[in-house]
This record gives sequence, C-alpha cells and structure tokens, in this order.
Amino acid sequence: MTGRAGGRQRPGWDTGLARERTRLAWRRTVLAVSVVAVLAVRLALTRGAVGMVCAGLVAVGWLAILVVTFPWYEASPRYGRGASGTRRLALPLAALVSAGIAGLGVLLVLTPMR
Amino acid sequence: MIVFEAIRRWFSPRELRDVGETPDYRFSLANERTFLAWLRTGLALVGGGLAVAQLLPALPVTYLREALAIALLVLGGTVAVHAVHHWTRTERAIRLNQELPASRFPALLSLAVGLGAALLVAAVLTQAVRQP
Repeated sequence: MTGRAGGRQRPGWDTGLARERTRLAWRRTVLAVSVVAVLAVRLALTRGAVGMVCAGLVAVGWLAILVVTFPWYEASPRYGRGASGTRRLALPLAALVSAGIAGLGVLLVLTPMR
Repeated sequence: MIVFEAIRRWFSPRELRDVGETPDYRFSLANERTFLAWLRTGLALVGGGLAVAQLLPALPVTYLREALAIALLVLGGTVAVHAVHHWTRTERAIRLNQELPASRFPALLSLAVGLGAALLVAAVLTQAVRQP
C-alpha cells in the first residue's frame, strides 16, 4: 500500500474498490441486522405485554439503522478528506442496536411465555 | 471513569477527527470493514441465541435451552460492543501513526465458543449413551 497518491490524483477513482467493498459490507451488515430483528420480533410476539414493548424497541432500532446507513453513501465524499468513517454515527449506532437486541433477547428469554 | 470516557469517544467523531492526521481514506475504510465483520460475527451469535430460544425443542436438562440462548445472546452483545470499541482505538492509532491496539478478545472469544461447543458435544453424547 505505497501508492498513496492513487486515489487523490484522480478524484472519483476508487482505488482497490475500497468504497465499493465498504458499501457492500454495510449492506451485508444491515441484512444481518434485519434477520436478527425479525427473529427477535418473532420471539417477542410470544411473550405478552413485555414482548410487545420489546418488539417496538427492536423495530425502532432497526429503522434507525436503515435511516442512518442509507443516504450516507450517496451524500458524502468517498475519497480524500471526509471519506474517513470517523464522522459517522452509524458505526456506534449499529453496534449499540445489535447489543440492545441481545439485551432485549435475554429479557424475553427470561419472561414467561403467554 | 475510563469506561464512560471510552463510551463518549464512540459517539464523538469530531474529537476523533481532531486527533493526529487524516490518513489515506482506504485505511479508514478498511478499519470500518473490520468493524462491520466483527459486528456481523456478533449478530450471528445473537441470531443463534434468538433461534435457540424459540426453534429448539426443550432439552432433557432443565433450562439448558434457556441457558444456551442467554449465553449466545450475552456473547453476541459483548462482541458488538467490543467491535465499536476496537474500531475507535484503531482509528486513533492510525491517525496518530502509532502501533495498532493489540487485543486478547479474539482469543477469549474463540476459547469460549470452542468450550461451549465441546460441552454441548459432551451433553449430546451422554444423552445418546443413556437412551440408546
């Protein structure tokens, strides 16, 4: 990785397809979050009132990830300054929603079935 | 508190951007993809826990199914939190041109998953021997 100039001299040129691979990695991750959210809601629907609240929270978290991850890649530069992921809230948000679904899952498993 | 300091750093990208120099954007994106791969690992564990809780028939040992589900869920949540923590530390290290942070977490996770699998194999085998 010595060719530092590659991406900067020709703006728009995606050296090593770094942006494209990152975009696809986000897509895979959002897909995985969706599958986990569906499983969590399915479990929640068997656990009465507590389950309904948990299902709502999971839905809110899933929607938040969708909203935060979708427009970003269209709106911001993918090379040079500003392309770095450091200004994004999507990363901690995605991690915290995942951990939150895990926590709600523990709560649901401990809640007696209706 | 070190813990709260770390959590605050996850959500303050501006502070992260003020540290050191902006690296080649490909380094940041590679760090981001590593984070995403870790997050998917955590999500696979969480999904496994949720599936065990509702799709597995009740096991002969009382509450073994629930214990397995909770263990997988806790492990998955821990992996997700570790993913964002490690991403922040790596991003700082790249910007400051320092050594990348080392972590015992992958080794511990592998050990936990391996031990859990071995225990389940033992449980299945003893059950098969008892009820041929």
